[in-house]
Amino acid sequence: MRWLAEVHVALRQGIADPEGQTIGSALRSLGYASVGDVRTGKLIRVPFEANDSASAEAIVSEMCQRLLANPVMETASWELRADEQQDADEAVPS
Amino acid sequence: MTMVTTRPRVAVVVFPGTWSERDFAHVAAEVLGWEHRLVWHLDTDLGACDAVVLPGGFAHGDHLRTGAIARFSPIMEAVSAFADAGGPVIGSCNGFQILTEAGLLPGALMRNDHLEFRCDWQWLRVEGPQSTPAWLGDLADGELIRLPVSHGEGRYVADPATLDELEATGRVVLRYADATGALTEEANPNGSERSIAGIVNAAGNVLGLMPHPERAAEIEVGGTDGLRLFRSLERWLQQRPASAERRL
Repeated sequence: MRWLAEVHVALRQGIADPEGQTIGSALRSLGYASVGDVRTGKLIRVPFEANDSASAEAIVSEMCQRLLANPVMETASWELRADEQQDADEAVPS
Repeated sequence: MTMVTTRPRVAVVVFPGTWSERDFAHVAAEVLGWEHRLVWHLDTDLGACDAVVLPGGFAHGDHLRTGAIARFSPIMEAVSAFADAGGPVIGSCNGFQILTEAGLLPGALMRNDHLEFRCDWQWLRVEGPQSTPAWLGDLADGELIRLPVSHGEGRYVADPATLDELEATGRVVLRYADATGALTEEANPNGSERSIAGIVNAAGNVLGLMPHPERAAEIEVGGTDGLRLFRSLERWLQQRPASAERRL
């Protein structure tokens, strides 16, 4: 069956995020004075095939370790759900 | 007794989006008189070579992270094997980013702290060049050299333990400095931790640096300090014991 993983890649604590800082100061300059430490990240949506939720979890975890996040400066977390709505035409050819 | 000298042979790896390979090739062929070969990233064989160059650019569009996709290119297995066998490898700019993603060097390169692309001449302080005789053998400890930088993602980061270990083992070999050699915040073009501009692996044969030595190899372009890295390599190759030659 098909699954959809929404992978969130975030910068590790202690890693400076100049883009987040710039966004934060832009928000403050717009009048949102209470805005604190803004952090940026990435959202990566990955549709894929797996037999069951356990193997789907294992596959996403491996994808994160091998490619999606660099443990030197990033952490990855994800939400996984069955992708029943996936249109057949959108499916990645195997 | 005559010393047998042959022209160094350098393999320059080209990924989709690499942009400095022609500069390296020009310097190799026209300035140094070396043999060179451009090797496409889908190749699996570097061919007979004495050194490998991973040039600057934007391999695979820098998508996901700089160097993140390039590290999986087929040629990288050959590059790793060459490095593991002690072969001299240099990664400049995007090449440095690829070396860190591939795990051949520790740490990572991130967006410059000021978020701007920085293209300028930069003073660098040489530290412990004996850590990498192949690449910095001709340079002196504490010496200042001037090379161009040209990057948007050159901020070197690593966890404090890794940084401490790199420093303790003499593997930080180039730092951003001002014209007097001082490591100031203003002289640091990208916010790199501890002003790190270049590091080597434990064996000393793999050098990663953000600056571009190939763009400072002729007086017409503003400086020749980059040439000194390549002359170091040339001398190192000539002095290498014959038994070690041609087996890489």
